[in-house]
Amino acid sequence: MSWAELLKPFEFEFFRNGIYVATIAGALCGVVGCYVVLRNMSYIGHGLSHSIFGGYAVAGLVGVNLFLGAGLWGVVTALAVGGIVRRRPIGSDAAIGVVTTASFALGLALVQLYGSPGRNADALLFGNVLGVTNSDVLLIVAVAVATAIVVFFFYRPLLFTTFDSQVAAATGIRTAWVDALLMIVLSATVLATMSVMGVTLIAAALVVPAVVARMLTDSFGKMLALSGVIGAVSGFVGMNASYHLDVASGPTIVLTSACFFIVAYVAGGSLRRLTGNVGHAH
Amino acid sequence: MKGDPDTAGGLIVVDDLTVNYAGGAPVLIDVDLTIEPGDLVGVVGPSGSGKSTLLKAMLGTVDAVSGSVRRSPGLSVGLVPQVETIDWNFPVTVAECVGMARARGLRMPWITRAERAEITQVLERLGLAGLANRHIRELSGGQQQRVFLARALFTSAAVIFLDEPTSGLDVRTRHDVLHLLGELNADGLTIVLTTHDLNGIAAHLPTVVCLNRSVIGAGRPDEVLVPDVLERTYGSPMEVLEHGGMRVVVDSPIGSTVTPLRRLGGGGVSA
Repeated sequence: MSWAELLKPFEFEFFRNGIYVATIAGALCGVVGCYVVLRNMSYIGHGLSHSIFGGYAVAGLVGVNLFLGAGLWGVVTALAVGGIVRRRPIGSDAAIGVVTTASFALGLALVQLYGSPGRNADALLFGNVLGVTNSDVLLIVAVAVATAIVVFFFYRPLLFTTFDSQVAAATGIRTAWVDALLMIVLSATVLATMSVMGVTLIAAALVVPAVVARMLTDSFGKMLALSGVIGAVSGFVGMNASYHLDVASGPTIVLTSACFFIVAYVAGGSLRRLTGNVGHAH
Repeated sequence: MKGDPDTAGGLIVVDDLTVNYAGGAPVLIDVDLTIEPGDLVGVVGPSGSGKSTLLKAMLGTVDAVSGSVRRSPGLSVGLVPQVETIDWNFPVTVAECVGMARARGLRMPWITRAERAEITQVLERLGLAGLANRHIRELSGGQQQRVFLARALFTSAAVIFLDEPTSGLDVRTRHDVLHLLGELNADGLTIVLTTHDLNGIAAHLPTVVCLNRSVIGAGRPDEVLVPDVLERTYGSPMEVLEHGGMRVVVDSPIGSTVTPLRRLGGGGVSA
């Protein structure tokens, strides 16, 4: 394939939009995913994206703004999961399983009954470069900026609460607020990323870059930065692959980050044999 | 430390405190305890006696069913958790672990130059110089314990609580940790710790609280570490020997008698 062929899709506005969203979404998921992975909450990304699909369908049916409705639905779902876990003796995985799959089932039922609001159901489920609009670009930029502000100013409370919630609470940090803030950021990330990743693959975009970064470093700050970069590169490369291979963008982005995982896994194994000193993924 | 909760001026006053979890059986019953500035207190008792719950109550992270815990206004506290609760695969270096302690208020995400100097000072004070960039998993048990002590000190806490700080440590390291706590206490730090190491606290700590849901005894080791109090605390007979002016507690199997070891050697142990 020549350079001209590689660069050709950049002539199209829809593709440029797709590249912007995929790259920013990759970085965003990479950063947020570090907290998700280190809290052993990998399943929440999966569940939340499914839940938001339900909110999307409900918002379309009742005629409110799709992003606003789905976003609020996601935040309420995330907080509901947290509330159930705090008040009842069941694990977070079980609570996520109950709440989010029920929401997803509701979304599927509504789409079958009344049709998909806004865009087709396949694009929502698997991501589609053709489905990326200017408003998607604006949304992802807004969410990325908001997330960057939150991570910058709440870096230490987020880190302390993620690492050692009990001690953080004992030393005066409002851990319930920190947890709620993270859930809001996560919901916004899932919502803004849905257009390119699709509901079914967002969890991988959250988890894989963070796991790869964890295998490469033992420092939280470096893990956060590395995961963001790996996510961004996966988004950029995956979106290009999506165009040239004519495959949905979600799978190509996830497969690109999976390649990073394989390289890090193999290289890490070799390095461990040489030095006995490599990071451990959760 | 005083058993009388009405004492004025205590940093922390536990007054007739009863605590349970989710409506279950009480974990603490009518506990009275006052922690005063400069105290170095060891709380001992069998597993399930409420030691950790008492720490949590003093830290304000569990609610009382009845009674109260009053803390001096603006009192800053630090907690050194049980090492068993730490996720040793979590990606934090020693400097990051200590630095996260200053998380209240708006702060730069990175450790500032001034903070790094303070962290270096704290690490040197605790014998961890040169380990700032090491991952916490790469340290020895004693060093790991001291990293979390450094994190508590970095909060500028007036009172530091340690939950089982000698758990899983060898005899020498256990001695080093308790000796270090004694030094920090001599510098003015108030310390409360829980432990199963009766002989360690008998040797190193000026004040002991025997707890088994209620306070069974509180005071100097020579007042509290006596067979009657220990039997009521642990529910089984225990013998207390004396060696070189220090108390040594040993299990006493039912029906056995303690050999007066003093007769076996001039500087030996006496019953």
